[in-house]
Amino acid sequence: MIRYFREIFEGLWSLLVGLKVTGRFALAPTVTTHYPFDELEVTPNYRGHIDLVVNPKTGKDKCIVCMMCQRACPSGCITVKGQKPEGAKKRVLTEYRLDFTKCSLCGNCVEACPTSAIEFSHEYNIAGTSRHDFHYDLVERFRDRCRTLGVEPKIADLTPVATKPKPEREKTESQGDRKPDG
Amino acid sequence: MIPRPDPTLETLVLNMGPQHPSTHGVLRVVLKLDGEYVLEAHPVIGYGHRMHEKMGEVRNVSGFYANVGRMDYAGALSFGHGHVLAVERMLGIEVPPRAEYIRVITTELNRIASHLLWFGAFLLDLGAFTPILYSFDDREYILDLLEHVTGARLTFSYFRVGGVNRDLDERFIQGTRVFIRRMRSRFEVYHKLVTGNVIFRKRVEGVGVISPDMIRKYGATGPVARGSGIPYDIRRVEPYSVYSEFDFDIPTFPEGDCFARYRVRLAEMEQSLRIVEQALDRLPDGPVMVEKVPKKLKLGPGEVYQAVEAARGELGYYLVGDGTDVPYRLKIRPPSYSNLSLLNELAEGVLLADLVAIMGSLDLVIPEIDR
Ligand code: SF4
Ligand code: SF4
Repeated sequence: MIRYFREIFEGLWSLLVGLKVTGRFALAPTVTTHYPFDELEVTPNYRGHIDLVVNPKTGKDKCIVCMMCQRACPSGCITVKGQKPEGAKKRVLTEYRLDFTKCSLCGNCVEACPTSAIEFSHEYNIAGTSRHDFHYDLVERFRDRCRTLGVEPKIADLTPVATKPKPEREKTESQGDRKPDG
Repeated sequence: MIPRPDPTLETLVLNMGPQHPSTHGVLRVVLKLDGEYVLEAHPVIGYGHRMHEKMGEVRNVSGFYANVGRMDYAGALSFGHGHVLAVERMLGIEVPPRAEYIRVITTELNRIASHLLWFGAFLLDLGAFTPILYSFDDREYILDLLEHVTGARLTFSYFRVGGVNRDLDERFIQGTRVFIRRMRSRFEVYHKLVTGNVIFRKRVEGVGVISPDMIRKYGATGPVARGSGIPYDIRRVEPYSVYSEFDFDIPTFPEGDCFARYRVRLAEMEQSLRIVEQALDRLPDGPVMVEKVPKKLKLGPGEVYQAVEAARGELGYYLVGDGTDVPYRLKIRPPSYSNLSLLNELAEGVLLADLVAIMGSLDLVIPEIDR
């Protein structure tokens, strides 16, 4: 009999103890952020989709079209194409496409790049109405970002380099012949 | 055998899932009920099958980094840890001590985050809504810390063969110390709010008692085994990485019911905090990556089995190499699969509402079962 009442009393007491905790936290300051009115600061290490690194002074990219990133990607989301401007020794980047629908954000591409030409962007507010919204043209994005930085973009610059004349030979490299699907 | 409805019997065949809120993912359990009592419970798995093991056989090692986190989204780092340890063992790579310490720190933080997620979800299953808000508040701190160092909040893909891909910075270390202090004071809140609560106690005490024999029969591991009094923890019985250097306990409770499993996990979080604290104090300087990792990781020929203690129990990677850089076979032994297998025997004769508590206390992560 006594045990019965004691159980009831202890049970009720345990509820009161819990309620006290609830009461304490009800009066404590809020811990949540009222998105979209407030926004949290994103850590500089955040891994968003990849972007080409802009040199903020010259507006140039660092890519040497070595295709390492394309080969390192386990999901096959990267398509890189380059072209040799007339008279130049090295290829310049003409096309860099990222199929973000397939990207698993593993970071292999950024690690594979020998010249650190790609970086992670900090974009997390990404939404779209069709999957084609996520087929990014990073060269185009590069130009836009240059403009916001206030430099003239110098990417995919195919103006002939003035050197000693050579037999005309323009070579288009197309290792990356994977078409964006859709 | 999945039971079929039989009109001549007074039993009912009921589908629980694959979209039942308490199955946490796409697990389907076919129940045979007599009134409110469960006669049989057959888990039907495979809805979340994504061929991770097969992908392990067609991708090279670095291509699989992203997969490991997708299997167990709640405790992704332990899955990464097992994977890189297996490969390193096969190739004989010595990892710099700082990298191993970082692995331990982040994995233990991830374990706490996983247990906090379980804590909230388990109580949600039992009908208590508010505790998840408290636990997610704490979990958020861990996710912010881990995001700062790994760049992602859930599927980290942070560990690499030969080390980790980014060093810890001062902000992470200070943040973790603050978190440890904060978390220690939060256990009191949890105990007051939940552990002592009479309704909670009535729903979990003596419910779903698993005997040690049953644990051995089905190969259940992790907090499920430790909740039945079996002190089996890979970190202790088969120490890997630098776990042998730390001082921590393996909490066990002999009762074997849902409440014991609950207490094991809460106690484990405190132990994980201890490990993190010790590791931060002793964090050695130096590189976080081996100087020379070959571009092409030639595996084998040979085989290794590497087990680690994931948040839910023993996680094993069985790696067979045939001399190429793509594994010949990568078999994964996930903990939840064995933990789920005892459900049928356990569910016999319990109330339907208790089955929800039992499944919650097993802490199932479905993508890890289905792979
Ligand atoms: S992050 Fe990984 S999946 Fe995404 S583009 Fe780079 S290599 Fe490919
Ligand atoms: S790895 Fe770097 S340099 Fe090479 S193609 Fe990719 S972005 Fe360009």
